[in-house]
Amino acid sequence: MSDAIALTWRQYRLERKMFWRNPSAAFFNFALPLLFLGLLGAIFSGSQTDLDVIVPGIAGMSVMTTTFVALAMNMVHLREQGVLKRLRGTPLPSGAYLGGLAAHAITNTVIQLAIVIAAGALAFGVGLPESWLMLGVFAAAGVVCLGALGVALSHAIPNFDSAPAYVNMIFLPVIVISGVFYDVKNAPTFMSDIAQVLPLTHLIDGLSAAMVTGAPFAEHLSDLAVVLVWAALGTLLAIRGFSWEARRG
Amino acid sequence: MDLASAAPAILVRDLHKSYGTVEAVRGIDFDVAVGEVFGLLGPNGAGKTTTVEVLEGYRERTSGIVSVLGHDPSTRPRALRERVGIVLQSSGTYRHATVRELVAHWAGFYPRPRDVEEVIDLAGLRESEHVRARKLSGGQARRLDFALALVGDPELIFLDEPTTGFDPAARRAAWDTIRALADLGKTVLLTTHYLDEAQALCDRVAIVKDGRVLAVGAPAELGVGASSRYRVSWRGDAGVPETRETDDPTALLHQLTSAALARGIGLADLSVTRPTLEDVYLELTAEAVGEPADAGTAAPRRRGRR
Repeated sequence: MSDAIALTWRQYRLERKMFWRNPSAAFFNFALPLLFLGLLGAIFSGSQTDLDVIVPGIAGMSVMTTTFVALAMNMVHLREQGVLKRLRGTPLPSGAYLGGLAAHAITNTVIQLAIVIAAGALAFGVGLPESWLMLGVFAAAGVVCLGALGVALSHAIPNFDSAPAYVNMIFLPVIVISGVFYDVKNAPTFMSDIAQVLPLTHLIDGLSAAMVTGAPFAEHLSDLAVVLVWAALGTLLAIRGFSWEARRG
Repeated sequence: MDLASAAPAILVRDLHKSYGTVEAVRGIDFDVAVGEVFGLLGPNGAGKTTTVEVLEGYRERTSGIVSVLGHDPSTRPRALRERVGIVLQSSGTYRHATVRELVAHWAGFYPRPRDVEEVIDLAGLRESEHVRARKLSGGQARRLDFALALVGDPELIFLDEPTTGFDPAARRAAWDTIRALADLGKTVLLTTHYLDEAQALCDRVAIVKDGRVLAVGAPAELGVGASSRYRVSWRGDAGVPETRETDDPTALLHQLTSAALARGIGLADLSVTRPTLEDVYLELTAEAVGEPADAGTAAPRRRGRR
């Protein structure tokens, strides 16, 4: 057991080290959401109502980039390059490898949320979160949900060249529809109907309550339930389709 | 010799592997002894990689018996993975890590790893130890593959086409590394479609074609064994090349030279050779295209007039 923990820890440290050596991964994980936060924060700097929507929205988007986007791209790359196959032939337990990879993604989520929260408090008048517990619960559910969906999506992507197209085809519409940049309630009915089905909408609702409005947890249990249903579906698909090798041909 | 060391490192009996309706391996048998360098030699698509990947635990066999160091590889026991090193046909690694970081990291996967410095030297990576993996040349990347497969100090090493695409200098270097492994007493199973490689490295070779083994033996024995004949060639009347194959070259030479002396002519370019592994390989693989191969009774080939 201690052996498995030690191996997971080594794997995690290697992933961290490699991440910072790869500028493009660091950019997509950190710079992109912060760029949006800076730009939109500047545009809506006159309206606290809008800022109160945008800051938790960007927090939700950060969870999605650090888990869904990063893992989908990463898994396709690792599979196509044969890294997964090579590791599969060593005594490294699968759990230690995947655990290290997951812990690495979660670390990015935590760092990113911390930056967004700090920026919200210092620059955009949102203040510190009303409920750290609720924030933690929703962030954790979001990580599991969007991480699993990212791994599941990676199974459907045929090769690394097409990965950005597949990922952005989902990521970009989802962040717009789910209300990262505006309050979903103000969107046309058909848009808000779609939004109500998507997990990111409910993640942002929960984060908004935890960070801004301070609404009681009890009012947001249904949001948590939707995120967890998607998490269960994502986990099932991630495990069922998992392959250590690229498909042949 | 105790029983454990008498048991083969690898045992394969009537191995079959199908992908859907395609039968990649159609009944392969061979043993690899402990400490032996064994080669699977055959053209592309012969089923070499499929066979090796069944033994490595990457693929489930359709039927047959397989044992690797006493384990069934299909269950991928960790105890087996700790004793085996694998060089795949192609596989990537952490592109932003240096050679040294990777070797050291891989060492941590194994209970009794080799010394990192020693492995870097053995693989010939001393000069590129601080180079990041993505900047390595093809030959250097292959050396890194070797280093990562060796660092766990495995008893058995799988090498799937270890030198394909290499320039001659890089091939010699890889051969030296493989010979060094053999000198350390390691068991090696390699696949190749290069005859000279099989001849240079392997104690024994199985010639594989269309998912079957056509012949097994030491490279030198295979050359003799297939037709077990000597080939006598010379230039006859008007310089026409003649070739005859015989089990008894002494008698044939006596007959030929007597006749030539009696007629007062010379026998230009007279030579006695044994078939090379290449001759056997071409003969066996050519036959396998037509009718079912019968490696034991390869017909002697005749060129020119009788």
